[in-house]
Amino acid sequence: MAFLEIKNVRITGLATAVPKNVISIDNKGYDEEYIERFIDQTGIAERRGSNELTSSDLLVMAAERLMEDLHWEKESIDAILCVTNTPDYTLPINACILQDRLGLNRECYAQDISLGCSGWVCGLNVLSALLRDGKNKRGLLLTGDSKNTWGPGNNALLFGSAGCATALEYDPNSDGFKFEFGTDGSGYDAIIMPKSGMRNMKLDENSYKEFIDSFKEPNTVPDLKPIDIFSFSISHAPKSINALCEHFGLDYKACDYLVLHQANKKINQHIQKKMKMEPERTPSSLRHFGNTMAASIPITITTELKGKVENKKTNFICCGFGVGLSWGSVAFSTENLVISDMIEVDDNQFENLKWV
Amino acid sequence: MKTLDEFVVLFAEQLDETDPSNVTAQTKFRDLEEWSSLLALSLISMVDEEFDVTLKGDDVKNSETIEDVYNIIVSKK
Repeated sequence: MAFLEIKNVRITGLATAVPKNVISIDNKGYDEEYIERFIDQTGIAERRGSNELTSSDLLVMAAERLMEDLHWEKESIDAILCVTNTPDYTLPINACILQDRLGLNRECYAQDISLGCSGWVCGLNVLSALLRDGKNKRGLLLTGDSKNTWGPGNNALLFGSAGCATALEYDPNSDGFKFEFGTDGSGYDAIIMPKSGMRNMKLDENSYKEFIDSFKEPNTVPDLKPIDIFSFSISHAPKSINALCEHFGLDYKACDYLVLHQANKKINQHIQKKMKMEPERTPSSLRHFGNTMAASIPITITTELKGKVENKKTNFICCGFGVGLSWGSVAFSTENLVISDMIEVDDNQFENLKWV
Repeated sequence: MKTLDEFVVLFAEQLDETDPSNVTAQTKFRDLEEWSSLLALSLISMVDEEFDVTLKGDDVKNSETIEDVYNIIVSKK
């Protein structure tokens, strides 16, 4: 089922929350030549990050602002879906914590999806499927990661923290969404946190020390195989967009914006050139926010297209690609889209909350 | 499809510090002083544009000469 179409659901609004703290590569002790080369190749000059705020902290801020700007009552939310690689806990899922923190109904459907770069597109599919028959009318797609900006080695320099809320609503007049999805799990180790689950946990009844040792140096950012990621991205993203357009009879060049997952400049520029799209219609948020994983597409819309798309019908094609390896492309239109002002969250915003 | 000779020229264009006249089909490119993972990306990028073939990291790693890379491209065509 590579192709899916879901009608009668539309995106009504988007909001983004980021840590107030700006992390610039300049102050990390790298020499000037490295910094220059890094910014030139990756397109990433700075990112947002926090040692305090978690993904649910950022998502609460984004979701509350969006509900306020849309004049949506908390009681009217029928479903929330959280997509994150950095949940507050492995157990329970973020969506349960968010249901409570946002003060949503106990009847609100709440679920997490563990995907990264393709996660916003997959999340749109799952959430819109829950709303398509109109029995449930409003949903929030909450995509974001945090505490992903620090770790040994240089990989952390690529990643930024952000939480994005995307509001979906049942609308019998909407053309909805057209999707293309795919997975190639043979590349599972191209983007991986080997010390994050059970595979490398040593359970040994006779050696508690070995068990404890296996927890040492847990991953905060993924291990990457840059060449494999590059070759996957530049081939599969264009293929997915082309397949979507061919299947549904669309012309991606006729859309207003092609919004790509923000991997790095080298990958994104190659895709943009291959698709022969003008840079102005392929917006990028890499320079100030880095690779924000599942938040990368909505943060790009909210930071780069605010003021350009709200007052007219706008046709989008978006493509997410990465960890899995997995990818997804989607075509949709927006009208009267609400884009909230970006929220910058203080490190101590939630310091009074007590957590286990 | 471009010939091996044409591929060698395209390959040499990716290099900054190596004299193109020293680059042949038998050049062991990974032994070049300037060879780096960044050049591997440029190579994959060029092959994608010119041949519509996607090389993987292992394809580059397992090739010794420029001709070896060309043969992989041919096999993927």
